[in-house]
Amino acid sequence: MCLGIPAKILRIDGDFAEANINGATIKVGVQLLDRVQINDYVLIHTGYALEKLSEEDALETIKTLQELEQFNKESILPEE
Amino acid sequence: MNFIDDFRNEKFVKSLLTEIHKIPSRPTRIMEVCGGHTMAIRRYGIHTMLPSHIELLSGPGCPVCVTDQRYIDLAIAYAKREDVILLSYGDLLRVPGTYSSLENEKAKGADVRIIYSTIEALETAGQNPEKKIIFAAIGFETTVPGTAIAILRAEKDKLNNFFIISAHKLMPPPMSALIEEGIPIDAYIGPGHVSAITGSKIFSSLAEKHNIPIVISGFEPVDLLQSVLFLMQMLHDGKSGVNIQYSRLVSEEGNIKAQQMISEVFTTCDQHWRGIGHIPKSGLCLNEKYSKYDAEKQIPVKVETGPEPKACLCGQILKGLKKPTDCSLFGNKCTPSNPVGACMVSSEGSCHAYYNYQNTE
Repeated sequence: MCLGIPAKILRIDGDFAEANINGATIKVGVQLLDRVQINDYVLIHTGYALEKLSEEDALETIKTLQELEQFNKESILPEE
Repeated sequence: MNFIDDFRNEKFVKSLLTEIHKIPSRPTRIMEVCGGHTMAIRRYGIHTMLPSHIELLSGPGCPVCVTDQRYIDLAIAYAKREDVILLSYGDLLRVPGTYSSLENEKAKGADVRIIYSTIEALETAGQNPEKKIIFAAIGFETTVPGTAIAILRAEKDKLNNFFIISAHKLMPPPMSALIEEGIPIDAYIGPGHVSAITGSKIFSSLAEKHNIPIVISGFEPVDLLQSVLFLMQMLHDGKSGVNIQYSRLVSEEGNIKAQQMISEVFTTCDQHWRGIGHIPKSGLCLNEKYSKYDAEKQIPVKVETGPEPKACLCGQILKGLKKPTDCSLFGNKCTPSNPVGACMVSSEGSCHAYYNYQNTE
């Protein structure tokens, strides 16, 4: 019940929207979100979009991870 | 936006593990309080990747698992009535009550229906005006907005045959209760989807009061390992407070609109937690304005209830005192297809996750 599934908003009609989850289209409630738009990515839980997913923040996290990985790669000395 | 490959990237996993290993070793017990985290940790074998001094514990984060036996018995009492259609999220049907389960009552002819969303609950109420539609409303802050939306919609549409029995629960009170009970917990992995609604701010006073670090985590392997790294760094530096790893979804403030809907419909009340017991102000009940949707107030029933099975360690497992494998019933008398306790019923329960992913031990 803690599970949430990312989905892309395809169409909006008042309190409800059609969203794409891995190729399947489902009806979801968007009453909890302000200013939801077509092509937004949202997290779906028990039939409702809980919150928008931020691409900018995801990329920021990935950038940090890439820097960490690069740092570790450079820190490992080649074996004699 | 598909970042699955990035958050399951083997190179990132290795570099995070390298960083975790660099932090001076000391015995550390980290508890996660979200069923989704429990499942992800077991599924990906996160616990097997970490140094042996870091122990991951599953806490009271599975909503089905923490729902107490009396509530199941209450739902069964309603399900037995011929004028009632009892609606529930799926997992709850298989949780054993004292004398039966909702699944058993359904097999005997009771009108018990599984719903995925409260949208279906309202549709059922509209299609069956001669019946009382009672929704077994369980779950944490993540699930509460769906119930609030249903109540507000029922009010708008003047539905007079829709009711709920609320076992909605709040996450911070049991986290605090476990520490106050003296259970050794050094840090918490905070629940990602609860926090999407509440914001990370809801854990600030808990972190401050108990001088403990909390990191709100996502659900992929890289998310969980980065959260463990953040926690280990905070512990090493002697820092407490709340940090957000799952920043692509969670903010400090959370979803204000959802919080307003919850406040409009619910008020805090005491709740009983399986294994933990009575915790003041740890639940959400309908407030006076919406009490006409409260089944217990509008349709009183006699509840036949009794004690939980003695051999089942679900309660102690939820507190991090025992592991599923410590239980004599685990894997023989208690399996996912024939569960004795709630922790084996839900796929997010500790026992179910241990059973399903035994190959990651």
